[in-house]
Amino acid sequence: MKHPKEEELIAYHDGEAAGREMIATHLGDCPECQAELARIDALLAALNTIPVPEPGEDYGQRVWQQISPRLPLRRGHWWDFLFSEPKSVPWFAPRRWAAAGAIAALVLAAFIAGRISKPNAPGAPVAVDQTKVRERILVMAVGEHLGRSEMVLVELANSGPETAGQKEVNISGEQRRAEDLLEENRLYRQTALEQGDTALAGVLDELERVLLDVAHSPQQVTPAQLEGIRQRIEARGILFKVRVVGKELQQREESGSTPAKPSSSAKSERNKV
Amino acid sequence: MNRMPSVETTVESDAIAVERTLAGDRDAFRVLVERHSRNVYRLAYRMTGNQHDAEEVVQEAFLRAYQKLSQFASRANFGTWVYRIAANYAIDRMRQKKSEDSNRALPARETEDGTEIDLMSTVPDSAPSPERLAQSGQLAVQMRRALSQLTPAERTAFVMRHWGGSGIEEIADALKSSTSAAKNTVFRSVQKLRKALEPFVEQRGQARAMGTEL
Repeated sequence: MKHPKEEELIAYHDGEAAGREMIATHLGDCPECQAELARIDALLAALNTIPVPEPGEDYGQRVWQQISPRLPLRRGHWWDFLFSEPKSVPWFAPRRWAAAGAIAALVLAAFIAGRISKPNAPGAPVAVDQTKVRERILVMAVGEHLGRSEMVLVELANSGPETAGQKEVNISGEQRRAEDLLEENRLYRQTALEQGDTALAGVLDELERVLLDVAHSPQQVTPAQLEGIRQRIEARGILFKVRVVGKELQQREESGSTPAKPSSSAKSERNKV
Repeated sequence: MNRMPSVETTVESDAIAVERTLAGDRDAFRVLVERHSRNVYRLAYRMTGNQHDAEEVVQEAFLRAYQKLSQFASRANFGTWVYRIAANYAIDRMRQKKSEDSNRALPARETEDGTEIDLMSTVPDSAPSPERLAQSGQLAVQMRRALSQLTPAERTAFVMRHWGGSGIEEIADALKSSTSAAKNTVFRSVQKLRKALEPFVEQRGQARAMGTEL
């Protein structure tokens, strides 16, 4: 074989498959090409030593703070306004969460009031519809809450040291979100209990313990501590339960039906884990 | 036990976040921003060569990703997708800057086949001699200089290929060119860097061998 061209040697360095075997065979017998490849290797290795300034652990959070006011609102669900921030208020601002909590409480109050004052008079379709609307609002709100809880748990399951030697992992983001979710979770659990949906209340109760666990963890955890949190989440099977209940609520929302209690099959699915 | 997040679980979690963002939950997009910012920053820094521009590329890449999110195929990898958006934006920005710089200093020039010529690279080199560079350990400075003399397309191709591990098709996509043109651009970038840097790299190798490197 004649000497490979410079571009073929560069492609060989890059691991390109085309003609690889032939080039490798040639290299075995040709000191000249070996030296040429060594020069390419040395140059690219030298270029690898150019340092990139480390932007810092909180870089992602800073980027979010800079871009979030510029993100246009998407047409989503009616509850978007609970979770979207005004331009000048950062997403974690307490007053935003206070407002979201207050609105969530109002939704719940309206729902409970609707249940208590449900008219007995037959042939009052408007009132019945209002009750249904309230129930659907709650179903959607709890479904949304479970979805966001699921995301925090998946985040934790995926977090870990970026390099093998890293001694601590920052979970402050997940921790903050867990704290925020705790308040909502308590409200929904109490409402579920009042409605006699003990299975939903049970899952929310378990979720509350996991959220508490995360919220009370240090911001920087060692890989061993993180693994401990992860094992406690896995031991409760909470991620699976949250998904099952979330799916059930989604089905309820889609069908528009509002069973007073979850079906026995759904219950048994929740209790499988 | 140290457990690194696997690519599969990250992609799965990204897919959930994308879905929720599309459903109107903007906080879900925060997860994606926080997870991928640093990686995009590394690409942007290597392409632009400075922190200020790199940070702007990162912000713009995520803003564009948010706007185009409905075009993102949920089975694709969000990290790779936003990386490509950043590369696209960075190359446009570098071209614009180069053009502004040349308007201020020297007129832009192109070869017959449309290849950009960086006129700065034809200016007589007043850099320190190779001996001096090798002795004073300023190879990094010289490397930055050589990279800055690549055209935006060459620099993008080089960074994506050698630092980002991107495939030729991905590079072609960012350069908006054919795969054979992208391959050629990668080759040309390495060739230029070799020409500019090999004497210094060899000198460093010799100095190392003799134990005289500073």
